[in-house]
Amino acid sequence: MSSPELGFGGRLLSPLSLRLQLGSRPGSGWSENDIRNTVGNIPMEWYQDFPHVGYDLEGKRIYKPIRSLDELDKFLDKMENPDYWRTVRDKMTGADVKLTDEQVELVQRLQRGQFGDVRFNPYEPAVDFFSHEVMIHPVTNRPADKRSFIPSLIEKEKVSKMVHAIKMGWIQPRKPKEDVPSFYDLWAQEDPNSVLGRHKMHVPAPKLRLPGHEESYNPPPEYLLSEEERLAWEQQEPAERKLNFVPQRFGCLRAVPAYTRFIHERFERCLDLYLCPRQRKMRVNVDPEDLIPKLPKPRDLQPFPTSQALVYRGHGSLVRCLSVSPSGQWLVSGSDDGTVRFWEVCTARCMKTLPVGGAVKSVAWNPNPAVCLVAVCAEQAVLLVNPCLGDKLLYGATDQLLDAYVPPEEERLQPVQWVAATAEEHARGIRLVVQHGKAVKQVTWHGKGDYFASVLPDNGHMQVLIHQASKRWSQSPFRKSKGQVQCVLFHPTRPFFLVATQRFVRVYNLLKQELTKKLTANCKWVSSLAIHPRGDNVICGSYDSKLTWFDMDLSTKPYKVLRHHRKALRAVAFHKHYPLFASGSDDGTVIVCHGMVYNDLLQNPLLVPVKVLKGHALTQDLGVLDVAFHPTQPWLFSAGADATVRLYT
Amino acid sequence: MGGLEKKKYERGSATNYITRNKARKKLQLSLADFRRLCILKGVYPHEPKHKKKVNKGSTAARTFYLLKDIKFLLHEPIINKFRDYKVFVRKLRKAYGKSEWNTVERLKDNKPSYKLDHIVKERYPTFIDALRDLDDVLSMCFLFATFPRTGKCHVQTIQLCRRLTVEFLNYVIASRCLRKVFLSIKGIYYQAEVMGQLITWITPYAFAHDHPTDVDYRVMATFTEFYTTLLGFVNFRLYQSLNLHYPPKIEGQAEVELKPKEGEAYALNSESYMEKLSALSASLARVVAPNLEDEVEIDEFPVDGESAEHEEARRKEQESLEKQKKLFEGLRFFLNREVPREPLAFIIRCFGGEVSWDKSVCIGATYDVTDPTITHQIVDRPNLEKQVISRYYLQPQWVFDSVNAKMCLPVADYFPGVLLPPHLSPFVTEKDGDYIPPEKLKLLALQRGENPESAFSGNTASLPFTEEEEEEEEEEEGGEEDDDGSEEEDDSEKEEEEKLKRMEEQKTQGKKLPVKVTVGTVRLEDKQRRVQEEQNEEKRLAIMMMKKKEKYLYQKIMFGKKRKVREANKLAEKRKAHDATLKLEKKKTKKARRE
Repeated sequence: MSSPELGFGGRLLSPLSLRLQLGSRPGSGWSENDIRNTVGNIPMEWYQDFPHVGYDLEGKRIYKPIRSLDELDKFLDKMENPDYWRTVRDKMTGADVKLTDEQVELVQRLQRGQFGDVRFNPYEPAVDFFSHEVMIHPVTNRPADKRSFIPSLIEKEKVSKMVHAIKMGWIQPRKPKEDVPSFYDLWAQEDPNSVLGRHKMHVPAPKLRLPGHEESYNPPPEYLLSEEERLAWEQQEPAERKLNFVPQRFGCLRAVPAYTRFIHERFERCLDLYLCPRQRKMRVNVDPEDLIPKLPKPRDLQPFPTSQALVYRGHGSLVRCLSVSPSGQWLVSGSDDGTVRFWEVCTARCMKTLPVGGAVKSVAWNPNPAVCLVAVCAEQAVLLVNPCLGDKLLYGATDQLLDAYVPPEEERLQPVQWVAATAEEHARGIRLVVQHGKAVKQVTWHGKGDYFASVLPDNGHMQVLIHQASKRWSQSPFRKSKGQVQCVLFHPTRPFFLVATQRFVRVYNLLKQELTKKLTANCKWVSSLAIHPRGDNVICGSYDSKLTWFDMDLSTKPYKVLRHHRKALRAVAFHKHYPLFASGSDDGTVIVCHGMVYNDLLQNPLLVPVKVLKGHALTQDLGVLDVAFHPTQPWLFSAGADATVRLYT
Repeated sequence: MGGLEKKKYERGSATNYITRNKARKKLQLSLADFRRLCILKGVYPHEPKHKKKVNKGSTAARTFYLLKDIKFLLHEPIINKFRDYKVFVRKLRKAYGKSEWNTVERLKDNKPSYKLDHIVKERYPTFIDALRDLDDVLSMCFLFATFPRTGKCHVQTIQLCRRLTVEFLNYVIASRCLRKVFLSIKGIYYQAEVMGQLITWITPYAFAHDHPTDVDYRVMATFTEFYTTLLGFVNFRLYQSLNLHYPPKIEGQAEVELKPKEGEAYALNSESYMEKLSALSASLARVVAPNLEDEVEIDEFPVDGESAEHEEARRKEQESLEKQKKLFEGLRFFLNREVPREPLAFIIRCFGGEVSWDKSVCIGATYDVTDPTITHQIVDRPNLEKQVISRYYLQPQWVFDSVNAKMCLPVADYFPGVLLPPHLSPFVTEKDGDYIPPEKLKLLALQRGENPESAFSGNTASLPFTEEEEEEEEEEEGGEEDDDGSEEEDDSEKEEEEKLKRMEEQKTQGKKLPVKVTVGTVRLEDKQRRVQEEQNEEKRLAIMMMKKKEKYLYQKIMFGKKRKVREANKLAEKRKAHDATLKLEKKKTKKARRE
């Protein structure tokens, strides 16, 4: 088939084996002097550093041919020698061998991937020994085995196992596959009570909203979005949009395109059905009118002040405080312009102006009708002023009462200084000056008209002082301060003293000298305080625009919190006789409420707002600063930041 | 007090709920299987009333399932099938890996499968329950039926969906229970009343879908798996209730069986039957021949007073319903090839009309264009070359609007090439205070039997009506918004005050001014207005006394009401502006014509 020296077939030859073949070929150029190397198949690098390359048959060294070829020689050789390309260096001997034409052709054939032998035909017709055709002669001459004549035991065992399995029903014929599901009357015996797997908490999925006119392919023109609406729609988050599509109009049905988000919407519905937590929510279905409480009509609760009757002008700056004389004929007001003005109520005439040299924080008319005396807070002093108005006998008697003071034998230590007015001051009406040494914020009289209390917010533990006018004697009732005092008040009938701090109103028994009650105002900062003339109910205004009503018999918590005003409350007041109370606020309104307290202890007070009185203009974000009721008439005075005092009747 | 220490979160609502992950662990399922189980069983998360209590004090967002639900899932036989399937997939993968094709074959033959019959019965114990939930089922099946037969999901599912939806449509035709239809930009809405339940579904317009990439088709396929089972059973029951064959048979079956041999080129025998059914042109065969005498007459009950009125109203409604059912009776329609055939054929057949189309459009055409008995031809092209005098050429919207109006509308507005009147949604029922488009008012007048031509001649005549409406609304607004009243009052007060102020100024500062007495004018007091103002103030004062909670609720309700009014006003205004511009344009064109 192939020549013995090319027995490697189509294999690619390594240079060494090629050399061996080449070397073994008889008739080569260098076969005369046979210098066959005997080192064998070893890496020839081992001989790199030696002068020889191996040993010949006789055991003599084969020396490397002397070479002194440098690069230039090599180059010249490459240029000049026409056989340079077919010259190969024999590694075994170190000699240059020039390949013959046959050898070159062999190398080229192998490089092309062809068989080395030219004569070899790889596509000879194959002889099919074991064909699909049945031959008359056996392939082998071997006689058949015995076991090919007798039935197989193993197979018998297998078959019998299967037969047994079939008998036992372990193997069953394969069921024919049914592609189409078969339907039948599933609800033939339906039982509405069998809520299998359903419990009370089951919330059926809500149905999708039905489409409105705007979803039509040809909606009425008003449902189409205008340019701004469309822009607004585009800028909204997809979850916030009221419509999840832009209404569009098409002239005819054939122009309507496919809706691109159809699959999305179905998918979102699927997600809602199985992922969205469900909760049963009770929709409040009430008529809003039913929510409004049924209150008695204001008309039935008359009298109460309904309209503005008079305006008292004259002050140059905000009017901080006002007070009405017990007779109801005179009105006193104190302002930031440093004056106290006395007015006649009915005519709005300013009877008297008394400069006191400082902002007036509080004024209080002595509630005793037999005394004509006004306490005025001016900076660090409380002035007791006799306005000399009205009955001459009356104010004369007051002066006599004050003059009847006999100083005690031994000087007692007092927190304040009582100074009699100078002659000039006396002429203006000032009778006594109580020097406090610290700014005084509020002054209030006891119902009998002898004692009065003053509040000094920054005076350590002596924030509240109680003075006796007839004895010119003051004392500090509290040993310790319980927070910043906002205002104080005497109880009208019992020896109680109310002190409002920022959040609480404390009720002290002055006789027993103990704390009786502590009312929690439920607000951030109490601003004002007023007590019902019966003495069981207290209202309390706060800067966080709340008015709290306490029923002291009921609880220390507010009976009711009224949030009528929009801004901070500045003042609250009760009427002496009528069931009315009023609150003035920074929003410039005075709200008059009907506050009926019943004799029956079981019946809760009835609170009905009856009138919102407006009139004061806002100045520097301040509206109404003080309110007071007329002692006998259902009239209301209010002092405002617009430098006026107003009367509502 | 003795007793054991009560630990937090071991009683009460905390023990009624279970988080999703815990539920999954309890069921020993993968998330995908858990999802599938929840979908099939209809288990959904619940939002606890007090989330913090349930969440053991934490406010982290978490989904909660009811523990009862999860315990109920625990006994579901399908869970075992899920596990079997997991094992099957593992075995199959192994066999593939080893190239054991026999094993692969055998495994594939024994692929575990499950049935959802018991779940359907469990979720819907009564048939009415099932009908109530049919909205989503139908919408989904109609969507899947339009999917291409390649790609997104199994061909069998799509074919099944198509089959079931066609069966349902045939039922609706046979029972004539379609009530409302609506052409929206999303698709076509249908509403049918089946056994007293209103079922609404939407079908997409017949276009190829642009399949979105951000949609999980597996979830949809799972839903569809359940929905097809449900719809199949519902269809069976519905067909049974009408004494129809199920699977449906076309009336005169023998004739039909002959036909495919003639038109062999059309489709396979097996398919052509389905196609014919889906053509919706033939009625279905009944098990028992229908007996017209059998129709149940409602007995007259002796009634008194109030219920008599009720009864009267009910009877009237019944009559109108009967009339609507026979809306297209005796009319013969022909659908041009450019109109959507299936929805129109369905609707026309639902109301007793006869319908046909060009033979080349679809199988099942019963008569030709040239048939002289055709009364209406539905056309959706701007103009036609050849017109037959004996029939109306109408745009498809006429059919839809007529169905919604429960009467055959005048045809003049719907001729080909004409600007169509707006297509209104039949699902909107306007309450008082809502905005009603003028077209709807016109329609209502038509339904009441008033002559539209005399009452309104076109668009312009309807304007006065709308104006009246608006006035009414404004009046209402005045009544509702107390703020307006109060502001007015404020104004009057302010005026008074200003007057007083001026007078005062004159008094105090202008003492030198000569005092002059002018003749006063008698101020007429509007008594009604005063009473109104008084009432408003009373109301305002009463609102002040409301409790915080109630006040909040009240303000919320009032806000909603006001917003509603505002929206209605906005729509009315837009309409007014639109009509005005239209009028102006008309005038201009007229002028131009004259010149």
